[in-house]
Formats: sequence, structure tokens, C-alpha cells
Amino acid sequence: MRKKEYFADSEEASLLYREEFRDMKTEEPEVAPSPEKDKFEIIGKSTSRIDGEKIVTGRAPYTHDIKLRGMLYGKILRSPHACAEVISMDISQVQSLPGVKAAIQLKKGRVTYAGEQVAAVAAVDEKTAEQALKLIKVEYKSLPFAVTEEKAMEEGAPQVRKRPNVQKFNEYTRGNIDKGFKEADFVLENTYKTAVEIHHPAETHGSVAKWEGERLTVWDSTQAIFGVRDGLARALKIPASRIKVIKHYMGGGFGSKLGINDYTVAAAMLAKQANKPVKIILSRRENSLCVGNRPSSLQTIKGGVKKDGTLTALYLKNYTSGGIGRGDYCSEPVVDLYKCPNVQVEEHSVFTNTGASRPTRAPGHVQGTFALEGFLEELANKINLDPLELRKKNYSTKNQGDKETPYSSKGLNKCYQLGAEKIGWKRRNKRPGEGNGKVRRGLGVASQIWWGVGRAGTQADVKLHPDGSVEAICGTQDIGCGTRTYMATITAETLGLRPKDVTVKIGNTEYPWCGGSGGSTTTPSVAPAIRDAALKAADYLKKMAAEKLKAKPDEINITKGKFSNKNDPVQSIGYKKLIEELRKERKFRREKVFHGEYVGRPSGFAYNTFGAHFAEVEVDVETGKVKVLKVVGVHEIGRLINKITAESQIIGGITQGVSTALFEERIMDNTTGNVANPNFRDYKIATSLDIPEITPLIVDTVDPRINNLGAKGLGEPPRIPPAGAIANAVYNAIGVHVREIPMTPDKVLQALKRKEVD
Amino acid sequence: MEKTKKKKRKTFTRRDFLKGFGGGALSAAVVPQLLAHDIDSLRTKKGNIPLFSKKQISLTVNEKKFSLVVEPAETLLHVLREKLNLTGTKTMCARGECGGCTVLLDGNPVYSCLYLAVRADGKKITTIEGLATKEKLHPVQQAFIEKDGYQCGFCTPGFIISSVALLNKNNNPTLEETKNALSGNLCRCGNYSRIHEAVAAASKNMRRA
Repeated sequence: MRKKEYFADSEEASLLYREEFRDMKTEEPEVAPSPEKDKFEIIGKSTSRIDGEKIVTGRAPYTHDIKLRGMLYGKILRSPHACAEVISMDISQVQSLPGVKAAIQLKKGRVTYAGEQVAAVAAVDEKTAEQALKLIKVEYKSLPFAVTEEKAMEEGAPQVRKRPNVQKFNEYTRGNIDKGFKEADFVLENTYKTAVEIHHPAETHGSVAKWEGERLTVWDSTQAIFGVRDGLARALKIPASRIKVIKHYMGGGFGSKLGINDYTVAAAMLAKQANKPVKIILSRRENSLCVGNRPSSLQTIKGGVKKDGTLTALYLKNYTSGGIGRGDYCSEPVVDLYKCPNVQVEEHSVFTNTGASRPTRAPGHVQGTFALEGFLEELANKINLDPLELRKKNYSTKNQGDKETPYSSKGLNKCYQLGAEKIGWKRRNKRPGEGNGKVRRGLGVASQIWWGVGRAGTQADVKLHPDGSVEAICGTQDIGCGTRTYMATITAETLGLRPKDVTVKIGNTEYPWCGGSGGSTTTPSVAPAIRDAALKAADYLKKMAAEKLKAKPDEINITKGKFSNKNDPVQSIGYKKLIEELRKERKFRREKVFHGEYVGRPSGFAYNTFGAHFAEVEVDVETGKVKVLKVVGVHEIGRLINKITAESQIIGGITQGVSTALFEERIMDNTTGNVANPNFRDYKIATSLDIPEITPLIVDTVDPRINNLGAKGLGEPPRIPPAGAIANAVYNAIGVHVREIPMTPDKVLQALKRKEVD
Repeated sequence: MEKTKKKKRKTFTRRDFLKGFGGGALSAAVVPQLLAHDIDSLRTKKGNIPLFSKKQISLTVNEKKFSLVVEPAETLLHVLREKLNLTGTKTMCARGECGGCTVLLDGNPVYSCLYLAVRADGKKITTIEGLATKEKLHPVQQAFIEKDGYQCGFCTPGFIISSVALLNKNNNPTLEETKNALSGNLCRCGNYSRIHEAVAAASKNMRRA
């Protein structure tokens, strides 16, 4: 039943992610957008979320909350073995338990990680379903396994997949690396290590499946309703037209909910067998095992620099482990972030018997940036240069990895300037570790590059009703970033209304097509599509208003619920009045739908987002404990759409970054082959007590051509630099770089010991 | 003393048992007696032995009285979500590590996923659905909207309940006090600082009112 290519955690899917969510190419638009001239009243300011009241009163329906008449509860039996052959399975006993309505075998042959699904049941309640799982008899022949990278890389290690455990998946060269090293005054080589992280969205993964004859409706906690629909169609071999996927509210995903999941397919199969709706909600433990993770990395960087700070060579060798998945491209920052003529990269997967990785907010860039930025910090110290100056010295205005294409817009210099001022960059230790005493302070900086472009083909509708009400409709999903709200603000801005006048409809595959919400693509896809639809609606209304005001359509201004004549502002008509009159004159009797689309951006430019974070930390050199005091995160994202929600994105990215830097690590048990910390007690994430004072800043520029608003994405960018900035601040405080995250006290103490030896 | 002890043993209820269990004050002598209690009559056809039978409880949730039958091991969270349809209270970890299921029980914040329903017998419970009146949101709810104290919104009910519990006891908390009071709630989107701002704003508004 399982055909790998369309599952969210398959290798093919992770390759697809690269095309679908990052460096997407588009067709040339017929008319190049020119958003710079537009001046807005609501866009760019802070608008409270239009669905805020639903959320704070507990009325927002999440997939966990879906309850249908006669609904059954599904549970999944998972392999306790990291590697085993399923010799036999007997599911016949479960039917003897009262209340069990369906059971399916999901696995034959080999299981390759602990937590892989082998069977599923559905029963009248969760307890019965859990009991039923115990009645399934599976005979396993357990086999040797490798759950850690070290073990998997050993000679003669158990083979995880039908190929070597270590396999090259990426290489890149520009210039001549040896020539670059020869030109350098200093050459440095260091190795950096990052741990496997678990996404752990607040709402665990889950789906509800309901059949009505040949038609299937699925409520899914997903970042990609159309992805789930199409995946289900392929898995169940039914036409996509018979499937509807709904997602009203979703409790976080961070990349782990970007495609079809095997438990969703299982829910649909169980529902078919039982002829009743089935709900499957995964547990927190299951979330640790089988719905993705951020791959680890072991990165060695060798680089050359001239005395004046000019980079001459950068070489990266990366071993990344995404379990049975491929791992992450961690080299993109090395390739693109700084100007360097000679770059060479090779990246290898290390397969282990653990759950496959999935994209995790800024895949590869979190790991790659931690390594590169740490390396630059030590390089700057080697040549006695301010680390910020080193970054400015190697500023690139062209995307070197993409044939030296000029960036359409790049505000990183402005980010450096604003951030340095805000944190008080001059306060940093001129020599790393020059302070003394038990508790030492330091400052650090790290920069970021990401894509953040829109997906051509994204569609949206603006619907005008004869009663004056307005709808904004798109098959997108709000994953917590405020999509609903900006759809309302953009529509309202364009039609001269208030955001609350617009009813927003999203999260249903019956609405106009939109891609998954990942890779910072949602805003630059949905915002221009809805703007396009709203502009068409505005054109219609202007034409109608022009007739009333005896003017030309292009002489009509729309502001604050009024259409007025530019040349004679006294000549005006209110929105409501206009609609009412048109209705009475029988010119506007049926709803009118205006269809918008994001078609693409001009070629010849590279479209990227940039940012810089500045961190201040305190390190206790006796205990090794790091406390992050302040982080200033500055980002250039093209036009700002909604200030308050954009700032929240930055705050969230920094908090998660602090968590990455100090706490998060999935630990594998070498003896049992299982995850040793599949819960929030043992897998630490940042709490209220751990967060620094956070200052989000946005460089409000307008990209001149990316789309009709000049807006880029902001999902991943703020997640990228914090770990690097914090590690560099620790270096500035104690004079030795902790080249491994999470920087738990033991690692800090080890680093301090290394300093003594040095 | 001896007499009351005897009497107690005679009328020992399952609720007392669980209560005692929770407090760790269970006398060793009680267990065999309870387990011996007509075990065969509890045995179902399939050999499944529930240790204790169901119990009728009554509780007040959001000022409404409910009387219902619960399983001995059923949690308050399960009763709220599955039986009373109050799905605003969320299940995030189901083992007392994240605060997503926090409700007010006689005014105190508790993790409803760890709180047995039988223990809630006779208690007053407030969930996220019970904070606002028909006309008006609770000042904490209002402040969460104004300060954008949420992203995906899934942990929000738990945070709002914990914040209300804090402000009911301390109407002018310092940032440190707020951080401590909310340290048992996890927000995976990482919006803590916005939540702290919301608590400060709500505190200000509540003192003014």
C-alpha cells in the first residue's frame, strides 16, 4: 500500500520540498509588477487577528476537536524494534473485543525504525482501541540496528537501507578551492555538530476520515490541504475530485505536516472498513518517533581569509543524518551568504534506524548557519577584525550560487546597522573572553539568507454580495502566521473597507488552489493572489461609481468606505450606498466573483530574504550554564503586511532558536533502539523562564518586482540566525567557541577545558 | 481511634482510595481487601477485569451543574472534552508536562490531564469557555488579542487560564512573577514574550476597572 514517493517523510518528498518551497522558478509574468508606487493605510500597520476572539474563547475548532456522529477512534500499532523482519501477524483476535469495529495490517517485511506503523484498529473509544492493539499478535525477527550516527558510520555497521549507510547526495564547486587557500593569509579549519531536533507542534498530528459513498472527507491537522488531498488520491487510488480536505485551525507544524501521512491513509482505510468516520490522533510519544525531525549535522569548514578580511576560500564537508531519510542540505549559507570566489561543498547522508526527517522550519539553514557563522567569528578573531566588519567586508549583491544573478532587493546592510545600534555592539569584548569573574558577558552576531518567494498558480477569489458583504476566499491554511488576517486587510485596503467587513474563508480544498504553507511561501503566494482578486473587484466598483459620479473610472479614489472623484473629492458615494443603488437598479443582483492569481516574477533576478540577529549572553564559567539576556532580530522581507503578526513571527523564531541553541536534542538509546526522551520532561524546550528580552525589527522596504505588493516571506528567516548569534556571544564571553549545539553546561565546560589546553 | 478506623474501613469508598493513592497515604492493609472484593463478578466474558466500577459524580463547570458517571481512571480532561464537549481545553502531552489542559479548579490552576474525574466530585471548574460573558471577554482574553499573545493558538486556552489564576491572586505581578506563574505552560510557536506583555496589559486593565 505504501508507495514512498508521496509521503511527507520520503526522500523524494524532501527533494520535492527544495523545488516546491524554496528556489521555485516561475514563468515570466506578462506585465511586471510595480508595487513600489502604492501607498497603503492598513497594510504595513498592526491589525489584531480577525479570529482572535475564537482562539481566546476556545471556540476555534482544531482537528483534535472534530467529533462526528458515530465516530470511531483509531490507534496504530508500532514496531518496538529499530530493525526487524515481520515474520507473521495475526489481527483476527481484535474483533473478539467488544467495541472494535475495524482492523488492518499495514506492514509486511522489514521495519526499519522503532515506531514504524505495522497495524491499526478502530473502536468505539480510545481505551478500547488501545486494548485492541494488545490483541494483535506480531512475530518479529529482530535484526542488528544502528540508531546513532557514530554507530552507522562504523565499518561493518548494520546496513540501514539497501545501500551504504554513508552516501554523498550533494556537491558544489565554484572557482578553485586550492587556489583560494593559497591566496589566503590565514587558513582555519573547525568542525561543528548539531543535534537531531523534534518538531513537537502543540497539536499532535491527527486526521479524521469520513466516507459518504464514494466521497471522502478528511479533517487534517496539516500545513498542506491540497498535498493531503492529492496524496490520499494516489494512496487510495481514487480521483482527487472525490476527496475534500478541511483544516480550520491547526496547532503548529513547523514543517512536519507538509504532506500526506500514513496515519491519514490508515484512518481512511479503517473508516471504509467500519463504514463509520474514524479519528486518529497521535500521542506525544508518537510525535517523537515517526512524524519527522530536524536532521543532525557534522560539518567541517575550512576557510581562507586575507589580512584585510577578504574571504578567499570556503570548503564544507557535511555528514547529516535524517534517520532513514536523506538529511538536510546544510551548505546553502556557505554557498550564498557571503562573497567568496572559491567554494567547494560535499554533503553526505548518514542513514540510521530512526524515523525519517522532514523539513523543519528553515531546513539545513539552522544547522549550516550555526556552523558558518561560528567559523566566521573565529576567523575574525584570527585577523583581529570586528566580526561585524568581516561580514560587511564580504557583502554580496549577487546570488553566487545562482549564476551571479543580482538580488532583486537586499537590505542586509540596513539590518546590520539597526541591530548593532539597538544591541549596543560597541559594548562587546574587543578580545573574546577578556572579561573575568564567575559570570561573563558577551555579544554575538549572525546573518541569514533564505528564499521566501511565492508559488505561481496560487489562486484566490474576492466575492461581492448584493447585500454589501464581502468574502475573501483561498484554499490556503493559517498555521499560526495570521493568513486569515492579512487576507482581510489586503481585501479591505483595496476596497476601502475595514478588515472586519471582510469574511475570510480558507482551509478547504473546495476553495481556489493554493500550495502548502511551508518554506516562507504563504504570504508571497496568497497575498498577491488576493490583492489581484481585490483589484479586479475594485475596478468593477470604480466603473460603477464612475457612472454615478459622472467621472472616468481611473478618476475614482477608494478610501474609508467611500468612492470619490479625485478631481472633485466632494463628489462621492459610500460603499454601501453604491451597492444598494446598483441592486435597486437591477445591475447587481447576483454575487460577483473576482478571480485572482499569482502568476510569477520577472527572471534575471534572485529573490531572497535577509536578516541579522544580535545576541547578548551571560555564561557561568563554573557551572557552564548559558543565559541568553537579549536578542535583537532584524529582518528585510520586502513590504511589511501586518506589523504585529510579523513581529510575532520573529519573536517565535528567536524563542525556538534559543531552544535549539541551549536545550533541544533527541537522544537515541543504543541498547533498545528507541527514542530515550519521547516527552516534554526529557526533551527540553524553552519555557517562559528561558527566554531573553526580544526585540523584533523589520526593515520596511518594497521589493520592486517580486509580486504586486513587493512582499517576501518571513516564516523561516527568524528561525535561522539565533543559534549562531548565541554561540558567537558565548565565544565573545568566554573566549572559546562551543562548536556543538545544544550548548548544554557539559559542552560549555568541555570547551573551557579545551581553552586551558590551548 | 480504633473505632473510627474500623468504621472508615467499612465505608471505604473508591474515591477515598484514589484520594489516598494520590496523597501517598494509603495504608497497606487496604489493598488486598479492595482487590479481593468480589473480583469474579467484575470479570467480563473476555477475561477483562476492571479493578473498580464506575462512579457517579457531580461537578460545576462554568457555573453549570453536571451529574455524570465516570470511569475510575478517567481524567477530568477526558470528561471535559469527550463528555461535556468543552474542547477549548486541549490535550498536548497528556502527562502533565505542558499545561495545555490547564483549568481552574476551585480557583486554582490544575493540569486536567492528571486530575482524576472522581477527585473533581463536588468541585467548581472553570474552563476557557467559561471566562467570557455573553457581552464581554475576560480582560486577559482581550489582552491576548491586543498583544497578539498567540500564534497557532493551541496552547492559548491553557495560558489564559494560568494567567487568570495568577492575576486572581496577584493583580500586579512583576515580569519575573509572570514568568514563574506561566512556566508550567509550553508554547511551541515561542510566543512567550507576547504572552507576558498580554498579562501585563490585562493586569493594568483589571486594576483600573
